[in-house]
Amino acid sequence: MRNFNYLRAQTVDEAQRAAAQAGAMLLAGGTTLLDLAKCGVTAPETVVDITHLQGLDTIAYDNGGVTIGALAKMSTVAADRGIRDRYSAVSEALWQAASAQLRNMATIGGNLMQRTRCPYFRDPASFSACNKRNPGSGCAAIGGVTRNHAILGTSDTCIATNPGDLAVALVALDAEVILGARRVPADDFFLLPGATPEREHAIEPGEIITAIRIPESSTARNSTYLKVRDRQSYEFAAASAAVAMDLDADGLTVRDIRVALGGVATKPWRAHAVEAALKGKKLSREAIDQAAALATEGAVVQGDNRYKLALAPRVVARAIINLKLRGIA
Amino acid sequence: MSDSMLSLSLEINGQRRVLEVEPRVTLLDALREHLGLTGTKKGCDQGQCGACTVHVDGQRVLACLTLAAQVEGRAVATIEGLGERALHPVQAAFLENDAFQCGYCTPGQIMSAVACIREGHAGSDDEIREYMSGNLCRCGAYPNIVAAIRQAAEASR
Repeated sequence: MRNFNYLRAQTVDEAQRAAAQAGAMLLAGGTTLLDLAKCGVTAPETVVDITHLQGLDTIAYDNGGVTIGALAKMSTVAADRGIRDRYSAVSEALWQAASAQLRNMATIGGNLMQRTRCPYFRDPASFSACNKRNPGSGCAAIGGVTRNHAILGTSDTCIATNPGDLAVALVALDAEVILGARRVPADDFFLLPGATPEREHAIEPGEIITAIRIPESSTARNSTYLKVRDRQSYEFAAASAAVAMDLDADGLTVRDIRVALGGVATKPWRAHAVEAALKGKKLSREAIDQAAALATEGAVVQGDNRYKLALAPRVVARAIINLKLRGIA
Repeated sequence: MSDSMLSLSLEINGQRRVLEVEPRVTLLDALREHLGLTGTKKGCDQGQCGACTVHVDGQRVLACLTLAAQVEGRAVATIEGLGERALHPVQAAFLENDAFQCGYCTPGQIMSAVACIREGHAGSDDEIREYMSGNLCRCGAYPNIVAAIRQAAEASR
């Protein structure tokens, strides 16, 4: 890890000013920044430590929803009573992510900024080609080992999977990312790679995520996050789904539903087609399977990741069934 | 790039320790290379194995992904501070259950287990496995590790 200057910010203003300087990077939980600095993927000139800022780690409820401070730890938010009761997909996504130690370190804001686990991206010593690391250098993953690469939202410059769990739940629940004075819908905060895979988030130099806002809804209250992976715990998703659903009084007709996928796309993937296919319909195994099949519409398979084509719809269907069995509405 | 050194004053196991380090020095390297506290182990050095688990303000974290500079003003606890006079009950349970082979992951396992029990995440074998998943044991002593934690958790209730 190359050495850097260390600056401990005392105020958000000071942190924003410092972060706007070329070569500066913000340090919150450190679980991404220090990891990638050790891999040689990133080499900040100045590390701006924001972990000593006061008042950015609160979880505040009001009539319309909840505002979670950017420095709140993943473990704190996962265990919060109100999050568990009213935004269960968020709690479930958080406690199934990383390990207990990492969840005690990583912050909610930093979690949204985590980088892809693409092994070609993470290994500059072995693979010089990576459009995300070094724009225009090519993509070593395309034509390589692609078991964990994306099938949705890819481009001919990048097929790296967004590794987030929380972000998938936030996109399903129509959350907003608050950047000081500016608010960005979570779905718009994450960018498709297109021709500029180096640009992953709708955030400018000098901007800081200060909070996340999740609107309260009957769907959020009945939500879940299902994560399927190569090992039971401490692993990224092979495919995951956040589903939030509200049923009519008959307990069978879908009044409203939100679906987002993780582990299969270049950004947290809202599956509008699945939602549209189920809205107003009566839940049945057939209706669920038909709708879930739409989750992978437009998928481009690389070869090793072909299994995700079958897995992702099954994870969506299972998440919907799990919610129904939980006895909602 | 920067050649400036940081003067840090850290609280380790209840003791004030002063050291001069480059800004890039992790808490793990500060403990092992600067303070002579080699009980905390360096396994992967990338946040994947849990061998470097310590407590910061009572919470288990990974020392390899924490900068030494970040923990100024916070209380750090390492394995050396755990059973200074007598074995900590979790240490005793690891001995009794033979919860290790080579022992390299053990300090991290024990620091993690102490926190796991304190958090209330040691209620069943499944829960212990889930909440200890950040600590890898390449010898595969998992069944005995789970048994040790279960025993220590039951004794603490």
